[in-house]
Amino acid sequence: MDQVILLGKAYPLLSAHPLPMVSALLSCGFPSPAGDYELELVDLNRLMLRHPDASFLARAHGQSMTGAGIHDGDVLAVDRSMQAQDGDIVVACVEGEYTVKRLSQRVDSVALVAENPAYKPIVVRNADDLRIFGVVVLVLHPLVTEGRRGLSYVRPQ
Amino acid sequence: MFGLVDCNNFYASCERVFRPELEGRPVVVLSNNDGCVVARSQEAKALGLKMGVPYFQVKEEYERLGGVACSSNYELYGDMSRRVMWYLQQRAPAVEIYSIDEAFLDLHGMQRHFDLAGWASDVRGAVRQRTGIPVCVGVAPTKTLAKLANRLAKLANQMANSANPGSGVVVLDDEEQRREALAQVAVEDVWGVGYRSAAKLHTAGIRTAAQLAGVGDAWARKNLGGVVGARMLHELRGLPCSSVTVEDEARKSLCCSRSFGQVLTRMEDVAGAVATHATRAGEKLRAQVMAARLMTVFIETSRYGNTPPPYSFSAQLTLPTATDDTLVLAGWARRGLERLWRPGMRYVKAGIVLDGLERAGANQQAALFADVACSPERTKLMGALDALNKRYGGGAVRVGAAVKTAGQQEPWGMKRGAKSPAFTTKWGELWQVRC
Repeated sequence: MDQVILLGKAYPLLSAHPLPMVSALLSCGFPSPAGDYELELVDLNRLMLRHPDASFLARAHGQSMTGAGIHDGDVLAVDRSMQAQDGDIVVACVEGEYTVKRLSQRVDSVALVAENPAYKPIVVRNADDLRIFGVVVLVLHPLVTEGRRGLSYVRPQ
Repeated sequence: MFGLVDCNNFYASCERVFRPELEGRPVVVLSNNDGCVVARSQEAKALGLKMGVPYFQVKEEYERLGGVACSSNYELYGDMSRRVMWYLQQRAPAVEIYSIDEAFLDLHGMQRHFDLAGWASDVRGAVRQRTGIPVCVGVAPTKTLAKLANRLAKLANQMANSANPGSGVVVLDDEEQRREALAQVAVEDVWGVGYRSAAKLHTAGIRTAAQLAGVGDAWARKNLGGVVGARMLHELRGLPCSSVTVEDEARKSLCCSRSFGQVLTRMEDVAGAVATHATRAGEKLRAQVMAARLMTVFIETSRYGNTPPPYSFSAQLTLPTATDDTLVLAGWARRGLERLWRPGMRYVKAGIVLDGLERAGANQQAALFADVACSPERTKLMGALDALNKRYGGGAVRVGAAVKTAGQQEPWGMKRGAKSPAFTTKWGELWQVRC
């Protein structure tokens, strides 16, 4: 017979920012029939990030990745737990500074490629010299202009 | 078996995660008010910088050699610690968070299914990959030995070079390894041996952990703090006397205090600092659903100046009912301060300690006189206060005494000239990358 050993208790992942999601249509004008429904909690961290505790948010500065939909001022989520692969957009360390580029792995070299024709790729001859912080898994790009409605979704106040 | 995971040079390592330009350079982290060195990178240790040394004494030479100093950034260290601990909790059956950078793991039964050295090495690699924080792991049959194994892993890593890279992991799982390890560790480096015990042991000619483990129980009881000393010996011999405690027991007291950024002489300035601490204490109480019955307010004058001793004054207050109400706490703190205030002194630090903590709402006697602080409205007010401060950042809403006129610097605020941003916890200070 197989032996069963209790190693410990499994704890659920606790979320820092639960948001309520109403599971029924809202109606206006009369008392909400949704009031009787249980609220389900949606956590953007869990919804959008596979590894919240290994992910870091960063603000992007510059124009070199506009072709990939990353604009100046956007917020990026960077996952450190994922092994970077060819074609991933990564945060890499170049000359003591972090930069966002697309990783292009060749047989004899590695390149960090911009997504804007105005920028040249950075070629790294020895792949061991390349330090990758993590893989960019998400871009938060505001669609509402700041100030117009007094809203600021991802920009600092 | 037990594991001890300890982050290497934790504060300095946290600073490096988001600042790659610090890689390979000496990095130190300074205490509050940028006073003393409280953490050092390996390179800073190699320059001979000592822990606790006042920074101004070494600043010039250190910076000439390319060293970097950072003001302490506890928001960043706290968040990085949370990430490390969270991951360890995913990997080990039970985890005791021992300090901000150290955790004991309960690995009971795991040696039957895993090669523990391989497992520990895998955990170490994963923590490094996921958080950027380097750690060392010690594994042994008792907590004291796991601590010792971790120490040996750290030493091996410090001595490491390209020909002989340290693995960052030491496992002591057989008798011979244990004996060898004990012989390598000085008695004062054993977990639980304090200054005074170390002096006693040296006098008795006991220099290594191995010699200590061989001391008779009766001698240990007599000379090393009774049962505690005897337990330490048992643990060194490989007999576990303590287990991993997962639950953080409800705390019995809490303290909020801080040194001022400058010397203060005016009562109103010190009162502002005390009100700030009372506010923070109220928040901490409510977060733990606790209420306090005893308050100690203390202020300190400079220990080094020409002020005569004593340099510390304190006032104890017994509150009429246990409370978690910020406004009540601030009121009593103010009364305490008035009671112990001596004019004409130069004050450098203030704080409050709350004792006699109990579950909020438990054994609250019906007050003889209506107590406004217990009313449901006040509870709601405190809830709203916490919610506002959580949403808009700590200190957005404060008691009047803790507020300075707009634009003025808080005279009791800390000097933190070289603090890195709260990269991971503040929206306005978010980590920046170029693209």
